[in-house]
Amino acid sequence: MSPDQTPAPQATASGGAATAERGQNVIHNIGYRGYEGPRLGRSYARRALFSQSLRGTYGLGRSAKSKVLPLLLFAAVCIPAAILVAVAALTKAKELQVGYAEYVLLMQPLLGIYLAAAAPQAISMDLRFKTTPLYFSRPMERSDYVAAKYAALSAALFLFTAVPVLIMYIGALLAKLDFGDQTEGAVQGLVFCALFALLHAAIAAWIAALTPRRGFGVAAIIVAITVPYFLVSALQGIAWTSDNNGAIGWLGLGSPGTLLDGVQSRFLGGRSGFPDEQTLTGAQGAVYLVVLAALIVCFCTLLLRRYRKAGL
Amino acid sequence: MIAIESLSKRFPRVTALDRLTVGIEPGVTGLVGANGAGKSTLIKILLGLSPATEGTASVLGMDVATQGGAIRERVGYMPEHDCLPPDVSATEFVVHMARMSGLPATAARERTADTLRHVGLYEERYRPMGGYSTGMKQRVKLAQALVHDPRLVLLDEPTNGLDPVGRDEMLGLIRRVHTDFGISVLVTSHLLGELERTSDHIVVIDGGRLLRSSSTADFTQRTAVLAVEVTDTDEHPDGTAVLRAALRQGGLDPHEPASGGAPAPGAGHVVMLDIGGESGDADESVLDTVRDTVAELGLGLVRMERRRHQISEVFTERSTGDVA
Ligand SMILES: Nc1ncnc2c1ncn2[C@@H]1O[C@H](COP(=O)(O)OP(=O)(O)OP(=O)(O)O)[C@@H](O)[C@H]1O
Ligand SMILES: [Mg+2]
Repeated sequence: MSPDQTPAPQATASGGAATAERGQNVIHNIGYRGYEGPRLGRSYARRALFSQSLRGTYGLGRSAKSKVLPLLLFAAVCIPAAILVAVAALTKAKELQVGYAEYVLLMQPLLGIYLAAAAPQAISMDLRFKTTPLYFSRPMERSDYVAAKYAALSAALFLFTAVPVLIMYIGALLAKLDFGDQTEGAVQGLVFCALFALLHAAIAAWIAALTPRRGFGVAAIIVAITVPYFLVSALQGIAWTSDNNGAIGWLGLGSPGTLLDGVQSRFLGGRSGFPDEQTLTGAQGAVYLVVLAALIVCFCTLLLRRYRKAGL
Repeated sequence: MIAIESLSKRFPRVTALDRLTVGIEPGVTGLVGANGAGKSTLIKILLGLSPATEGTASVLGMDVATQGGAIRERVGYMPEHDCLPPDVSATEFVVHMARMSGLPATAARERTADTLRHVGLYEERYRPMGGYSTGMKQRVKLAQALVHDPRLVLLDEPTNGLDPVGRDEMLGLIRRVHTDFGISVLVTSHLLGELERTSDHIVVIDGGRLLRSSSTADFTQRTAVLAVEVTDTDEHPDGTAVLRAALRQGGLDPHEPASGGAPAPGAGHVVMLDIGGESGDADESVLDTVRDTVAELGLGLVRMERRRHQISEVFTERSTGDVA
């Protein structure tokens, strides 16, 4: 090959019209160098994809514009927590006005918006721009890709809920609230954050993987986590007013929000959001845990199956 | 490099590959076939992404059915479709893809800078790819296939959507991937002509079957044809038929122009002849025979020209060959 075959730098944005760039101004490429270093394989690629996706859900490593929403929402879930502990300190209260897990449930609308923005960003965009074949033409398997994306989304959501919990906990200790009580509450709160993140990330990831369109994904995720919640809450209200109190607990299985609410009031020492602050019976509690686990497994399986067809 | 043994791929409605057997040696190999011939399907099987219905294939000595991961570590792939997210820069994107191939972060950055320079992307590599021209996007797609220094790259229609200049540059680049980088190439196209200039070896498939596999030099010779257009006379109302008959008697093998593809001007009155000789002399003797025959018959010779076979004609030959 003659040296003038070497492509020259293009001064203009157009890559096509290139006749002028031949001839003078040719930069001679130094020769090609091969790569003899390590090839770290699947698990390394999985971790790299995990951290890249996690950063992406907060807009890090992306345009300034895409940082705005996640950071605003993040501030919006943290600031009330700070106010809460400040009030507790000033009023010299014996305990926090709102429990740890309960706080997370109160923030559900904001968490929903965050999730609806983050999941399509992490998942739909690779389908929309057909980037997935580039991943699958590399050593990673489809399961690696799914695991990395699901873990990233879960971690993003966990951070989003766990940071306010930690703010409350640190604030509570500074305000000299009872150390034992607060530590127990915070640990329960963090466990709840993890359950919340695992369930919601699984649902949102699957929905996002169904559509390459970001707008559809955002809308569908919001609908999927809010509509069943309001529906179940309304039915529980009806059950309560019509004296069918026994039905309230069972009805709560019908939406992710009420399911988690039941779990936290039964097992994690939180206050129930159900009518009459009802908590679950022993049998109901067991069923709730089984359903929670089954839902997570089920949505992850669906997600994996989705990539057996999609993305090639 | 690649050994394909009686490979079939059947979808519920179509047979994309039909007992394909072919071997591919180091160097640049062109895989030619019309739309739907099964080129992309073959590439996906070679990457171990889609299981073959029957038959076996190995890449770099590894079995595609069982060692897909190991194959993909040492093979690069450039898809035929767009695959670039518009909101990231070429550098970020290629670094990420290098890490996905298992390169540590620093090596990924170094290799990215090198590779983007080799494919001819300079200052613009820091800008979001959404604003790139098709030519620049194709270069990034090529770069991500090369960034982990594979031993073999599979390029699916890399000249797709490029203008003639961009096409030439891409073909030159592909040639250099082998000559300068030492990486073997399997490149697909539906245009035989463009691969003739780039490839050492050409494999033609149609309807999932092997039509031909031969060295480019061999191929070009066998695909050269002579087109002879004559006028009718009162004595011979169908000039072409008479000429064809006469040529056949003279020991040549004339045939009709391909019905498929773009109709050539005056197609009905054209007689095609393969010029299959080993040397230029053979061509000359054919030309002489044709000229003399036309003169003897008293037909008017409108034109006589050497043409390249179009890919569609390669296919027609095959189907007529099947009948015989
Ligand atoms: N996933 C699939 N399901 C069903 N049929 C398929 C699938 N993928 C490919 N085909 C069919 O297999 C045949 C070969 O397709 P393939 O994409 O391999 O052709 P190609 O040579 O790459 O064509 P092109 O030049 O258009 O890219 C076509 O008839 C196509 O419709
Ligand atoms: Mg194709």
